[in-house]
Amino acid sequence: MARRTIKTDYLARVEGEGGLKVVVRDGVVKSAELAIFEPPRFFEALLRGRSGMEVSDIVARICGICPVAYQMSAVHALENALGVTVDGPIRDLRRLLYCGEWIESHTLHVHMLHAPDFLGYAGSIDMARVHGDEVRRGLEIKKAGNEILRLLGGREIHPINVRIGGFFRAPRKKEFAELAEKLKRARDLAIEVVSWVSTFDFPERERDYQFVSLSHPAEYPFNEGRIVSNRGFDIAACDYDDHFVETHEKRSTALRSHMRDGSTYLVGPLARYALNFEKLSPVAKEAAKDAGLGPVCSNPYRSIVVRAVETLYAIDEALRIIDAYEAPERPFVDVEWRASTGYAATEAPRGLLYHRYRMSDEGTIVDAQIVPPTSQNQASIEEDLQNYVGTFLDLPDEQLRHRCEQTVRNYDPCISCATHFLRLDMDRA
Amino acid sequence: MKRPIVIGLGNPDRGDDAVGRVVAQILRSHAARRYDVVDAVGEATEILALLEGRENAMLVDACVSGAPAGTIHQIDLQFERAPDKDGAISSHGNGLAQAIGLARALDILPEHCLVYAIEAGAFEPGAAMTPAVAEAANRLVDRILAQLRD
Repeated sequence: MARRTIKTDYLARVEGEGGLKVVVRDGVVKSAELAIFEPPRFFEALLRGRSGMEVSDIVARICGICPVAYQMSAVHALENALGVTVDGPIRDLRRLLYCGEWIESHTLHVHMLHAPDFLGYAGSIDMARVHGDEVRRGLEIKKAGNEILRLLGGREIHPINVRIGGFFRAPRKKEFAELAEKLKRARDLAIEVVSWVSTFDFPERERDYQFVSLSHPAEYPFNEGRIVSNRGFDIAACDYDDHFVETHEKRSTALRSHMRDGSTYLVGPLARYALNFEKLSPVAKEAAKDAGLGPVCSNPYRSIVVRAVETLYAIDEALRIIDAYEAPERPFVDVEWRASTGYAATEAPRGLLYHRYRMSDEGTIVDAQIVPPTSQNQASIEEDLQNYVGTFLDLPDEQLRHRCEQTVRNYDPCISCATHFLRLDMDRA
Repeated sequence: MKRPIVIGLGNPDRGDDAVGRVVAQILRSHAARRYDVVDAVGEATEILALLEGRENAMLVDACVSGAPAGTIHQIDLQFERAPDKDGAISSHGNGLAQAIGLARALDILPEHCLVYAIEAGAFEPGAAMTPAVAEAANRLVDRILAQLRD
């Protein structure tokens, strides 16, 4: 029997941290498995017994790339439990903070991970040697996102200014002046990036995804909205557990999500874009149109174009918020702790991030549930591999491995809490 | 030109991966005013931004080479190559090796740039550093302070 196994170390860092395995028998893909280390489960246990006030700082440490998402889902879930509504300038500042994270995360994905695939490089280092100007442009855009996090979050990584009810400190209007100039420059550059990535050569692969994202009547979703799908699904976050389930696979520490009826679904930029296209700002819509995107994109390889459009939107939205901003009298609203349960979903760069917390009378966390976007997309990533790898089987092993990796890179799976050590192979003469 | 910088890298919640940050935190308590001291997660573009515009930098990270835990490796990037493996599957996987490769490719690597890599023993989530690595952190702090005084 012709037998072929394509296997790749996930992080090239730690054995067992994660891996990708595709098994082919007689020219047919028999299985495609993505193993992910997923520490939100560790954090769910860590949170029990901690004060509700500590939650936003603890969950920020789940991920170095998307700490704001974890903070935002946490504070909204806790406020939901306590019946607190945050609006006005504080709500706008939260939206601005999320813009910063989308700009950082999407720009990182587009330039450091995804573009090299389409331009034929092993990675961003090889690409930077030839396309230095494009990489520098990406780094400049990302710095504008960093600056939002620094100014509003207190620092660029793992922001410390977020609290239940709002922020510890709200910036004065004039503090945004320099940032606004950087964002204006970044907006021009982001338009160039949409145009640049739209010229890449994409495999023609479309799938009939079940898209799931937040939807809000007045805005492209970050923090608020109902959970909807392109199949007519429409629920509040408090009903999440009635409609979605997680199952555990022995081969990984991650849980995999699916709908209660067993169907898989997709969260993230493609879903958000398809379900909220009309809420994009005019400049983002125009750029999408010029890039050849319709109101729906079902080709996961083209997600790089959608990310570039969302980056442009986030910059444009940040400028709109800064322009309209008037500092609040107080940077947060008070909360009164009581025994309660709260739910929230927000839109992390990689998609829907659901949190649920149960608290005691004193506001101590009794129970926590965190469902990250990557565990919701895991089944979809494996289905993409199953569907597409079969059409690439005539490629030599090395190229086939690259195609498999590219298919996973379409999603930029969140390896939250990843280690960052150096793999050292010393060879001294 | 910006001041020299010491950058400690790692994840504080993953056992010995924290060692670079611990070294930076101890160094910061020595109030070395002529130097910037930063501890960071270790994402590649974050490191690039910290290196840009500097002539002198020291980078401290955990590493795995097969040596005994706590071994301190020193790489002078002016004369030696550090690993610069490319092509992670997730942007969460890019770290110091990618940062060094990108800094060279974009011509922003400081002229004098030292990497101190401390051999790690374990990376369990939530675990403390192993004793050999914690002891190495203190040894490296003394070594860096001596260099900074020179």
